[in-house]
Amino acid sequence: MVVVYALILVAVGTVAFHIFSPWWSTEIASNWGYIDTTIDITFWVTGVVFIAVMLFMAYCVWRYRYKAGRRAAYEPENTKMELWLTGLTTVGVIVMLTPGLFVWNDFVTVPEGAAEFEVMGQQWQWSYRFPGKDGVLGTTDVRKISDENPFGLNPDDPNGKDDVLVEGDELHLPLDQPVKVLLRSIDVLHDFYVPEFRAKMDLVPGQVTYFWFTPIRTGTFDILCFELCGVGHHTMRGKVVIEEESAYKAWLEKQPTFAKSMAKAGTGGGDGLKLVSSGGEAVTAGGESAR
Amino acid sequence: MAYVAPGETSLVPPAEVAEVDLYHAKSWITKYVFSQDAKVIAIQYAFTAIAIGLVALVLSWLMRLQLGFPDTFSIIEPSQYYQFITMHGMIMVIYLLTALFLGGFGNYLIPLMVGARDMVFPFVNMVSYWVYLLAVLVLIASFFVPGGPTGAGWTLYPPQSITAGTPGSEGGIVLMLVSLALFIVGFTMGGLNYVVTVLQARTRGMSLMRMPLTVWGIFIATILALLAFPALFVGAVMMTLDKLLGTSFFMPAMISLGEQLEYDGGNPLLFQHLFWFFGHPEVYIVALPAFGIVSDLISVHARRNIFGYRMMVWALVAIGALSFIVWAHHMYVSGMNPWFGFFFATTTLIIAIPTALKVYNWTLTLWKGNIQLTVPMLFAIGFIVTFLNGGITGLFLGNVVVDVPLSDTMFVVAHFHMVMGVAPLMVIFGAIYHWYPLITGRMYDEALGQIHFWVTFVGAYTIFLPIHYLGFLGVPRRYFEMGDTSFIPESAATLNAFVTVVALIVGFAQLVFFYNMARSYTKGKIAGRNPWKANSLEWQTEEFPPGHGNFGATLPLVYRWPYSYGVPGVAEDYLPQNVPPDEVVTDEGPGASGA
Ligand code: HEM
Ligand SMILES: [Cu+2]
Ligand SMILES: [Cu+2]
Repeated sequence: MVVVYALILVAVGTVAFHIFSPWWSTEIASNWGYIDTTIDITFWVTGVVFIAVMLFMAYCVWRYRYKAGRRAAYEPENTKMELWLTGLTTVGVIVMLTPGLFVWNDFVTVPEGAAEFEVMGQQWQWSYRFPGKDGVLGTTDVRKISDENPFGLNPDDPNGKDDVLVEGDELHLPLDQPVKVLLRSIDVLHDFYVPEFRAKMDLVPGQVTYFWFTPIRTGTFDILCFELCGVGHHTMRGKVVIEEESAYKAWLEKQPTFAKSMAKAGTGGGDGLKLVSSGGEAVTAGGESAR
Repeated sequence: MAYVAPGETSLVPPAEVAEVDLYHAKSWITKYVFSQDAKVIAIQYAFTAIAIGLVALVLSWLMRLQLGFPDTFSIIEPSQYYQFITMHGMIMVIYLLTALFLGGFGNYLIPLMVGARDMVFPFVNMVSYWVYLLAVLVLIASFFVPGGPTGAGWTLYPPQSITAGTPGSEGGIVLMLVSLALFIVGFTMGGLNYVVTVLQARTRGMSLMRMPLTVWGIFIATILALLAFPALFVGAVMMTLDKLLGTSFFMPAMISLGEQLEYDGGNPLLFQHLFWFFGHPEVYIVALPAFGIVSDLISVHARRNIFGYRMMVWALVAIGALSFIVWAHHMYVSGMNPWFGFFFATTTLIIAIPTALKVYNWTLTLWKGNIQLTVPMLFAIGFIVTFLNGGITGLFLGNVVVDVPLSDTMFVVAHFHMVMGVAPLMVIFGAIYHWYPLITGRMYDEALGQIHFWVTFVGAYTIFLPIHYLGFLGVPRRYFEMGDTSFIPESAATLNAFVTVVALIVGFAQLVFFYNMARSYTKGKIAGRNPWKANSLEWQTEEFPPGHGNFGATLPLVYRWPYSYGVPGVAEDYLPQNVPPDEVVTDEGPGASGA
């Protein structure tokens, strides 16, 4: 009997927890509401199956509990029932998969007119780069990275001269403007994720990955690294500010371009390559020497 | 004919080859230490796996303490936390579950259940265990090298796993890779044994379609492992070369903490493909033996034939085959070509169909049964619940767009703990209780077994159910501490503390299990032969518990499948596989059924 109650309790309790628990997705701030819809569909389909199987089991354990002298029904196979169950399960799978694949098609198809910008990851901080007036990002090369040129921009590439570099600051993006996020890492794997945007992608050294989204709500949101990247992984945070076009423009104006920052560095003069930045702190915090 | 059992015969084919002489141990050492008897090897595997599993359990407490009370336990450093996660995950998946299911249950049950005297290559079988032990020792050694064990996560993704900035990137990672390679070598020796024994050493009359599902599950899982482990082996060798010789298989040109490294041109995604080509089948290497064993537990203790035996076998085969074309569902947001998502989401959701059928068939075996709520049956029911729950969340993660927000969150942690942590453990406990009388000749203590079940089942469900919801919230996995965020409410910290307390209780409740096992070994009630009235051959041996060589002077002959429970017309509610048709006691009396 206890088992019967326990099974019913697990079924009902799980649903109750789902409905009443205070922990649920954050309010969405991007165009990916369809992802939430697909989650809801999946919950409905699987929820029905979960309840049905649990209650059926509870029924069986109660109805067919052991009685001395009782015999189980001897019924090795029931092809018809198995075919029905296969069919119904297949329908359930199609109901979940079809919308999923349509939304994925949206996800991988970047709309025309999406503005591009770059997110650069390194242990354990985020930097950003916007194409300047020419609208084109300059080429980069890890080997060109130095104190004066932390982004590794190609000094000979004219497209890069006016690139706007944002280091150690918040990221700002304009409201309602579709953006294609180009992702680049100069050391290990990272992952750029803002829970309110619902979309994430890994940064892979040696290649440029991407995803796109449209911010639909103003505000300041947390950026977290979502791919284990060493002892400082949990400290690799940032903030993104979604604001009206005009405010965004004003912010962008204030950021240095590549040409400007090179000119400044030229006067200061750096010696070779020494990049330990906020990351250095995290390393010691981790009780692990950098090398 | 008074009764029907599928494929029942009175004729068993004549022997084609004579029996081979069995190796007989001459000294205590060759009998109990360097033993070639599969049953002894099984026990060695099981004890070693459980011992190292306890290390992983203790590590999980330390991690839970950090997550539940981040400000109280300042003794745990971030680097240690990442090392604990890594070692906990790797030990649980490989050194505990894989070794216990295949090396432990496989060795014990395959020969007995198919009617063989031992594995076909007993010497290789023995070496398999010792290489496994060596792998475990190397793994333990990595805790003691400078820098400690690797903290790269159990997935060991490069470049991070071998560059500064990750704990254990000097010695720890190398020992990890060496240990894995050793494990694979040891496993391959054992695995070939299991496969060849199933294919070649079945007793007469034991056709493939009369094998217990336990054997089917272990058999298919072993084939998967033999095909999947080489991918990991290759990955481990290549990464070792990258680390020690400076090759660049997985390493692009990169910076490491302010220094240019000399690597150039390698691709980190290549490792991920190799890892998951192994890693996904690995999930089924753990799951399929559990599927098989739980089918037998349910059938025996519900006193009813397994529902849809042929469907169950074909589902195992289908799941095994499909499990090789779904691996990249672990890589939807890895930066691989996003168009692969369509293919892998589709194959992943297709694999859900045979899996769901198995769940239905387990519950349909309970239906119209005569269910005895013994401890093994309780654990079997616990398995169905947790596997159902974990399988369902797999549908979320498999459906590519749904995975985008959920990947690398606590939702994933909750999912795989339900489906490949708790569910297989339920089966392992159920199986140990079920076969305890066979192994020791004594019964365990029923009351303690019940307590163990309720605390473990209710506790584990309580731990992992709410963690899914932290994932929806956006709490990442592998985070030493959350720090300040704008989206995580205070209440999440309370939840984390609660989960930690439950995890500690569940952990300590395992002492009840160990006490029960140890005490019953000498004090338990003597079990009569075949205490569960089961049909499969391991319970029909002449000597009980079975001795060296398993069976008496002659091997048993098999006349029917192992699921003849409650066959109409037969006097008892069970009918062992080896009872000749003319000796079956029917309602009309002995041997009246004719044949
Ligand atoms: C009551 C028992 C257990 C508890 C309390 C527990 C707890 C945990 C915790 C807290 C983590 C770290 C989550 C994170 O922040 O990323 C973790 C990771 C993990 N656990 Fe467990 N665990 C248990 C049993 C198991 C079992 C039986 C398995 C076998 C499949 C397992 C496999 C893993 C794996 C593969 C990881 C991931 C490691 C990684 O991220 O690299 N755990 N566990
Ligand atoms: Cu990172
Ligand atoms: Cu998988």
